Amino acid sequence: MQLWYGLDPVMAIGAAMLLAITAYAVLGGADFGGGIWDLLATGPRASLQRQAIARAMGPVWEANHVWLIFVLVILFTAFPVAFGALSIALFGLFHAALAGIVLRGAAFVFRANTAADSAGWRTWASVFGAASIITPFLLGTALGAVSSGGIRLAGGATVGSLAAGVSVNPAQAWFSPVSLGIGALTLALMAYLAAVFLTVETEGAVQEDFRVRALGAGVAVALLAAALLPLTANLSPLLWQHLSRPQSAPPMLAGALLAAFSAWAVGTRRYKLARGAAVAEVVIVLWGWAFAQWPYLIYPDVTVYQSAAALPTIKFVLDALPFGFALLIPSLWFLFAVFKGHTRV
Amino acid sequence: MTNLILARTQMAYSLGFHMIFAALGVGMPLLMLLAEGLWLKTRQERYLKLAKTWAKATGVLFAIGAVSGTALSFEMGLLWPRFMAFAGATIGPAFALEGFAFFLEAIFLGLYLYGWERLSPLAHWLCGGVVAIAGAASSALVVASNGWMQNPIGADLLRTNPAAMDVVGVLFRNPAWPIMTVHSTISTYAATGFAVAGIYAWGALRGRTDALRLTALKLALAVGVLAALVMPVTGDASAKAVAVRQPSKLAAMESQFATERRAPLRIGGIPDVANRKVYLSVEIPGGLSWLSFGDRNAEVKGLEAIPRADWPNVPVTHIAFQVMVAAGTVMPVVAFWYFWLLVKRGRESALRPWPLRALLVTAPLGFVALEAGWVVTEVGRQPWMIYQVMRTADAVTPAAGLPWAFAAFLTLYALLGTVLVLLLNRLRHASEGGT
Ligand code: HDD
Ligand code: HEM
Ligand code: HEM
Repeated sequence: MQLWYGLDPVMAIGAAMLLAITAYAVLGGADFGGGIWDLLATGPRASLQRQAIARAMGPVWEANHVWLIFVLVILFTAFPVAFGALSIALFGLFHAALAGIVLRGAAFVFRANTAADSAGWRTWASVFGAASIITPFLLGTALGAVSSGGIRLAGGATVGSLAAGVSVNPAQAWFSPVSLGIGALTLALMAYLAAVFLTVETEGAVQEDFRVRALGAGVAVALLAAALLPLTANLSPLLWQHLSRPQSAPPMLAGALLAAFSAWAVGTRRYKLARGAAVAEVVIVLWGWAFAQWPYLIYPDVTVYQSAAALPTIKFVLDALPFGFALLIPSLWFLFAVFKGHTRV
Repeated sequence: MTNLILARTQMAYSLGFHMIFAALGVGMPLLMLLAEGLWLKTRQERYLKLAKTWAKATGVLFAIGAVSGTALSFEMGLLWPRFMAFAGATIGPAFALEGFAFFLEAIFLGLYLYGWERLSPLAHWLCGGVVAIAGAASSALVVASNGWMQNPIGADLLRTNPAAMDVVGVLFRNPAWPIMTVHSTISTYAATGFAVAGIYAWGALRGRTDALRLTALKLALAVGVLAALVMPVTGDASAKAVAVRQPSKLAAMESQFATERRAPLRIGGIPDVANRKVYLSVEIPGGLSWLSFGDRNAEVKGLEAIPRADWPNVPVTHIAFQVMVAAGTVMPVVAFWYFWLLVKRGRESALRPWPLRALLVTAPLGFVALEAGWVVTEVGRQPWMIYQVMRTADAVTPAAGLPWAFAAFLTLYALLGTVLVLLLNRLRHASEGGT
């Protein structure tokens, strides 16, 4: 195989895609979590909580959303056959997620431009909250579905086999307890991230509100993760086989420790520390899933290598990344420095 | 209904919807930038107010553009999985580069919209500049993918030896790209300029004729007319390129059924495909030959030279083309007349009802032309999805749920469109007070 600066180009582009998924999960995920807490805002400070969320999301959510587009573009550029197969297999799920994505974004800006607490405002607030719950849940189940073995390509990973060869067993793919569990875990993680991020960006009583919410979401994450493990053992042979390998023990242990550490930091009001640990926790969970999934994109018929585009395309995208990020990273830094440096309620 | 018809309709609807916001997403930042620039220069409060109101509207429009664009990226696969599996590796690089442009656009728009108090005036203005440039760049880049579908050089290599593809070459050294990209990117400024000018003309008809609004009208119309002037020139170049590369599209645009020398230019008219005739058109002898090839006696290939199964929908392509050209002719004429009134006859006569009503008529024409132009390009390419390489019918999804998805998107976008119009209307009122 031809190498790209000494690296396996397919693996490199796969890693780039994983990094984009990670960025989306952390940054876009926190925005979804913000929507969840917006819907669940209660108590005497409900409107202050909502204001804090809107202020935190307003300037950055569109930039955070572009990570999803990156994931998608890398997927269809570098792994076109996998993209085609997923588009057929997850037709309903993707459409539903899309409706969620469209409604979430639209409702957020519509609400921001409607008089507070009017009837229209309340409608858009509910749509925003509901879409913030449904979308990450569905995207989470999609991750579960590609590992489930419920999506099959009769003719293998070729363009030709897409016409009639894609079959789905919905009960195994996305209605399976594992996929639903991964969806729920995604939701809980996003809620946790958002609450922790918001503790950093608020003060006083509102900060306490988000602290309590973070602890609640942390408990949900722990319970869901504990429930998922035995389910995986029974229902998802691929994931279990990888997760039960001895070399998987250290990262899993690290994940559990990080979760506990982050919850401890929230409990003791070390918010910046908690934020770092929460991010690390999401990274570990996601990368753990990715390593368990490797080398499959869609288990068991499509691997990363089988569905990879020809080298010139992959190399082009890889070559473009450093130039693109040379522009993006300073810009992103500037954006977050301007708005996240001193957001205060 | 078959999946093919549903998928084509859903694609057209989604693209047509996205295009409105995409065009405004390219055009509005330029207007904001001009207004804020004038404020920086003159320090007259009204320019700042203008920039702020436009920025508010842009914030909402951009969000709808972004989510509808995201929907499109999914839909390319959801509706046409075999197309994406086959061609994703070829058109993908255009989208990858576009992705960087989007990213910059979204980052700096966030800074622009929320940074009025946090950035120095100059830094703020420069952020707006990045938004405007990145928007235009994203438009230019994405069109490369469409250009390849019109002129798919290297498509045979994709089948036989994809490792030998020249990825950059087929997209960006593709002769279809520069001309399409120039024509379509500039069209976004024409569409935005006339639409915004029309909104202020409407206000003026209702008595809102203060200096702020007149400035807004002039600024928008000036941008619109400069862009609209370029459209016939780049449009003519587009037509010449189509004549060479896509004779079936040219024949459909012009309802040219026979292959002939001294082919006439038909203006207007209703094509009768069964009898291969055109009714009610005005014909300029030799006009088409001359416009297409620069020679009144040149031979133009007619639809008869093309197998019947490979014809695009002739009435739709023809009428859409007539609409684009008609709009492209009326827009600059009206705008020039208006500026002439303003300069020669003064403000009073330019604010009389008739001139304002004329601007009301041209207000939607830019968008009409833009949508019609895309209909020419896309419907005229049929039955090919990738011209002469892959048929649309061979790319469509086999998924069973398409009617549901279709109905849902129809409803969703109709709802969003309605709410948005109501909302923008209120935004305008909100900025009413003062000046
Ligand atoms: C404000 C919008 C607007 C206006 C006033 C015009 N156009 Fe246009 N035209 C477009 C907006 C547009 C477009 C929507 O942007 C298209 C679709 C694809 C493209 O590249 O640009 C287009 C496509 C397009 C094509 C097809 C290109 C292809 O399929 O590759 C031709 C031949 C023309 N135009 C010709 C004209 C002529 C002769 C005009 C004379 C006035 C004109 N256009 C005005
Ligand atoms: C000629 C056609 C097109 C033009 C000129 C265009 C232009 C734009 C522009 C300027 C934006 C920024 C958002 C806005 O301003 O509202 C945008 C957003 C977007 N477009 Fe399009 N677009 C076109 C077609 C497409 C197509 C065919 C796709 C996908 C298949 C697509 C995908 C997207 C995506 C994913 C976004 C969201 C980016 C973000 O979040 O900032 N666009 N488009
Ligand atoms: C980069 C830009 C674009 C890309 C990659 C693109 C791609 C496609 C694809 C994949 C289809 C479906 C297959 C087919 O019918 O051949 C399609 C059809 C269509 N597109 Fe585009 N498109 C682009 C821009 C646009 C824009 C901006 C519009 C309209 C405003 C548009 C209007 C249509 C219409 C009307 C059809 C349906 C044609 C028919 O089925 O008769 N396209 N386009």
